[in-house]
Amino acid sequence: MKPGFSAMTVSALTLGFAFLYIPILLLMIFSFNESRLVTVWGGFSFKWYGELFRNRLLLESIWVTLKIALTSATLALVLGTLAAITLVRFVRFRGRTLFSGMIFAPLVMPEVITGLSLLLLFVAVDWDRGFSTVVVAHTTFTTAYVAVVVQSRLLTFDEMLEEAAMDLGATPLRTFFVITLPVIAPALVSGWLLAFTLSLDDLVIASFTTGPGATTLPMRIYSQVRLGITPEINAISTILIAVVALGVITASLIQKRQFARRGGHG
Amino acid sequence: MMDAKPADVRGPQEPWRDPSAVPLIEIRDVVKTFGNFVAVDDVWLDIYPREFFALLGPSGCGKTTLLRMLAGFETPTSGSIRIDGVDMSAVPPYRRPVNMMFQSYALFPHMTVEQNISFGLKQEGMGRSEIADRVAAMLGLVELTDFARRKPHQLSGGQKQRVALARALVKRPKVLLLDEPLGALDRRLREQTQFELVNIQESLGITFIIVTHDQDEAMTVSTRIAIMDRGRTVQVGTPGEIYEYPNSLYVSQFIGEVNIFESRVVEAGKDHVTVFSPEADTTIFADRGLDAVPGQEVYAAIRPEKMSIAKTPPEDAGHNCISGTVFDIGYLGSISVYHVRLANGTKVKVTTANRHRFVERPITWDDPVWVWWPPAASVILLA
Repeated sequence: MKPGFSAMTVSALTLGFAFLYIPILLLMIFSFNESRLVTVWGGFSFKWYGELFRNRLLLESIWVTLKIALTSATLALVLGTLAAITLVRFVRFRGRTLFSGMIFAPLVMPEVITGLSLLLLFVAVDWDRGFSTVVVAHTTFTTAYVAVVVQSRLLTFDEMLEEAAMDLGATPLRTFFVITLPVIAPALVSGWLLAFTLSLDDLVIASFTTGPGATTLPMRIYSQVRLGITPEINAISTILIAVVALGVITASLIQKRQFARRGGHG
Repeated sequence: MMDAKPADVRGPQEPWRDPSAVPLIEIRDVVKTFGNFVAVDDVWLDIYPREFFALLGPSGCGKTTLLRMLAGFETPTSGSIRIDGVDMSAVPPYRRPVNMMFQSYALFPHMTVEQNISFGLKQEGMGRSEIADRVAAMLGLVELTDFARRKPHQLSGGQKQRVALARALVKRPKVLLLDEPLGALDRRLREQTQFELVNIQESLGITFIIVTHDQDEAMTVSTRIAIMDRGRTVQVGTPGEIYEYPNSLYVSQFIGEVNIFESRVVEAGKDHVTVFSPEADTTIFADRGLDAVPGQEVYAAIRPEKMSIAKTPPEDAGHNCISGTVFDIGYLGSISVYHVRLANGTKVKVTTANRHRFVERPITWDDPVWVWWPPAASVILLA
């Protein structure tokens, strides 16, 4: 029995969503504020978006953030997929439980711990902190997310498809690229998008592992906010929200469509 | 039903009776174990070109494992498999001259019907125009020309089954392996498809090996059947041989209905055997020889449809004749099943074809009846 829309459920829903989204909505609205004062509405304007594109430091950090997100998401995709295949296909090997626990630990590990431990590692091996160390750090924690997404797809993958391909003359390697990869491609795309957006808005781990010349956007925003909130920050935050939302929605749509299709023909 | 079988029509081509015939597939002492479980236990089989060979048995009898060893997905623990004279032990699945039709069809979901069928030919590196011709011919054969550009999830169960068949046949393998190919279809479609399979097999001249747990299916399509039980082949023969002359209690009960009477040998000869069954309270005479000594315990097996039933005794009532009372009648439309209880309590099943209307049936509940059968209908099985 499904409950209908009573006054109770409607108000609970409204309050809940208001709690979650009003701060974000306010931020977005004030990004179109003509006034320099953050709390006083001075009329609608795209002024701060224009300012944004004249702020060299912000633009630089956007470029750095995108490069880091693209590189780490791609590395995480490869590593996460390999981990997922190992977990699903090689059911019985020594230390499997330990391996799967270690793959998924970064999901629940506090970011501060991850960041700090990576920093200690980089210091210990005397690795100059900068672009490459942030990429490594982001790859480390987004790999876990990719592994989860790809593993859940592989669990429902019909291994008979691979046998059928080999039976028809395809070598195991060719079977992997022509059958397995295309069939699980939607999971790979959504895993990559997830890793990409996670890297894009990470502040804590990046702060620990970055160095000169590799200031990411969230870090730039954070440091500017400490000097006082400007509507410019609201503008760049609004763009960031839009990009992340787009990524997450695309990822979930791809998974949903794939699920519906598989459900459709049993 | 029995006399309309295509297997009997193909009578003259029986290479397994010809000592000079060369088998296409030689399975020699093959054993397959998974841990402590023996899935296939010392199987020895010869399968000849153009045969439609059935591996029949209950689930878990090892028939699918045997098929997967032929395809190369499993390696025998010991023993050898030769296909067309070549030892297959070092040959991977993608280099074997066999193709398989999977129980779940295993169609590639991201490819159209056409791409699914052409997949195998592309792996061979065949030219584009030749692939197109072969695929078009295959689509015509399975009547799916109009569906060439559909994806598998847009097809019905029967259509998917035909795509799977076309995909496995298009490479013209020496052997086609079919794993429960009709299991997912409904009864009517399954019966129709069985005959289509036989027609396709005869027109292409490819050797088919089918795995099934459905005895009707095995009887309908195959030239020979291997009955399997717990990893072993218990009997190999034509559908007719297996039905008429089962070599064990297991086979007689697995294929069709049968009345089993515990008996003791009275006299055994080269061309006849006489037993007495306290259970049936009669002497049973069979017109085939048996290597047994008087007093030995045996089973007499008689098929219900080979028995006659009447309210009056037959003229030569002596052996192979029992009497009792009808206690139940099952009306199945084309046939009726009479359940007869003998004086000592033994229950016997007799079936008769309903050539007349049911309402005109002369025998009814509680009628005293006589049941008898010819010597050729008695099969004596060693215990």
